[in-house]
Amino acid sequence: MNFEMTAAQQEIVRQVRALCANFPDEYWRERDRKAEFPHDFYAAVAKAGYLGVAIPEEYGGSGLGITEAALVMREVAASGAAMSGASAIHLSIFGVSPLVFHGNEEQKKRYLPKVISGEMHVAFAVTEPDAGNDITHIKTAARREGDCYLINGRKVFTTKAREASKMLLLTRTTPFEQVSKKTDGMSLFFADLDPAAVEVRELEKLGRAAVDTNMLFIDNLRASADDLIGKEGRGFHCLLDGLNPERILVAAEGIGIGRAALARAVRYANERVVFGRPIGQNQAIAHPLADVYAKLEAAELMMLKAAWLFDNRKPCGPEANIAKLRAAEAGFEACDRAVQTLGGYGYIRDYDVERYFRECRLLKIAPVSQEMVLNSISEHVLGLPRSY
Amino acid sequence: MKILVPIKRVPDPATTIRVLPDGSGIATDNVKWVINPFCEIAIEEALRIKEKQTGEVILLTVGQTTWQEQLRTGLAMGADRAILVKTDAALDQLAIARIIAKVAGDEKPDLVILGKQAIDDDSNQVGQIVAETLAWPQATFASKVEFAGDKCTVIREVDGGLETIAFKLPGLITTDLRLNEPRYASLPGIMKARKKELKEVAADSLGVDLAPKLKIKRLDAPPKRQAGRKVASVEELVQVLHTEAKAI
Repeated sequence: MNFEMTAAQQEIVRQVRALCANFPDEYWRERDRKAEFPHDFYAAVAKAGYLGVAIPEEYGGSGLGITEAALVMREVAASGAAMSGASAIHLSIFGVSPLVFHGNEEQKKRYLPKVISGEMHVAFAVTEPDAGNDITHIKTAARREGDCYLINGRKVFTTKAREASKMLLLTRTTPFEQVSKKTDGMSLFFADLDPAAVEVRELEKLGRAAVDTNMLFIDNLRASADDLIGKEGRGFHCLLDGLNPERILVAAEGIGIGRAALARAVRYANERVVFGRPIGQNQAIAHPLADVYAKLEAAELMMLKAAWLFDNRKPCGPEANIAKLRAAEAGFEACDRAVQTLGGYGYIRDYDVERYFRECRLLKIAPVSQEMVLNSISEHVLGLPRSY
Repeated sequence: MKILVPIKRVPDPATTIRVLPDGSGIATDNVKWVINPFCEIAIEEALRIKEKQTGEVILLTVGQTTWQEQLRTGLAMGADRAILVKTDAALDQLAIARIIAKVAGDEKPDLVILGKQAIDDDSNQVGQIVAETLAWPQATFASKVEFAGDKCTVIREVDGGLETIAFKLPGLITTDLRLNEPRYASLPGIMKARKKELKEVAADSLGVDLAPKLKIKRLDAPPKRQAGRKVASVEELVQVLHTEAKAI
């Protein structure tokens, strides 16, 4: 067992910090207020090569693992960029996993270099208004017509549809009623986000206004058969390979936001003098901060274990789930304690912790709710009866 | 152009420095180490010169094995190879300068470029001693560097203005704050750095006199700043500045 980071990993952490230092809290506060995509930040991350961190070298990436990708995402979030920064880039890192693992040579050569350079934003269109955690119930249908598929349906919570020209789109090529196994009959496309056939309606949210979340109305969208990822009918299985990396990266982001919040809280608790002494001298302030620090450290160990398993080609479903469960919880608690430590100022936009608080809340819901993680552990790890 | 860039490892400027109770040094637990910011500027300038006219950038540092970290960072920024002169002893400026001059004598670079001073002890001596030892021209506190053939023109920051000087290579430059803004390394840069040459040489194998001429007897933290005092009026301020502070 070895807990030491490699020299390259340490260097990645140092350099991502240096890059993010050019995008301070003021920058993110402004993007959040104006609901404006962080183009400069995205371009800087792309230019420094981080979008290709986990993409194989033959397509222009660095061929590193999810461990390194997680370190990148942790540092981005911890810089104060929080989910505004993380969601701007992480779809290019884990969202393309189905393409990396199941795409054909031609698809990978055509698309991955553009994803790495930042030229091609990627949206993720999986969830539907009537199918979220019960993903097999999606209704968006793709019908073969010559060398094309004609796609109709609706998607919701599609991130970055405003920026993206391509989306990973999950469809049904065989209706639910006609398949023997409910996870069969779905197909995954790397489809054009063609404005003529896809109406994008943005949803206003509690936080992370900088990165858009949308409802998609898909009306006779033509997708070339060349953009089908993997085999027809096997879309669900292609998608699965992206889910564990997503959970691991999201866990890293939760830990990062927690660290950002904790750092602001500790600084304030040291500086703010009430009744003649810094408030951090009061254990009612200090202990919750110390406690949440310990929780973040524990969540990080779980996250790194899940990443290590994934990178060593071992099953990591429960570990990735647990990492996301604990990191979302610890991250949000850190943000909540930070708001509490700053008191009235914690509620004020200029002090940033309220932004972390709003953005971190998301991680208890997405990409999978805490409750569904517990369901999964109950059933698949503990062997309890399935409850739904 | 072949460029030698000697660099130093220092505590992160954002670190709160604590002097050990016995005054023998600073507490190094929990200290994050970085490349001295002026040295980073020197690396950046060397890389820009190389990018304009091709050549080689060689990093050099004198210290313990752990100093490799900072050399790797410089390699990730784009330097070609690095030399670590290993020693566990705390060498003084003269000894460090002699080592640099010796390596420069062996490597025969066209240019040695280094930070004007390190932010730890701010001694601002090494560059000058190296140039003197090599009997090379030197341009310290550079805020602009230009080349035309083997002629180098440097704008220096001096008290009360700028001074422009020129010299013929080989020569030595020390960098000031406004010369450039150092880049951060890219991920492909970090990956490439792992395969670049990092040579280790024992300091006592160089045949250089390392005996210290300078002894640090004791370090003390600066006295705590006293709180200011409020005055009631401009008249009183002028009065106090005149009679007590004797500033006017």
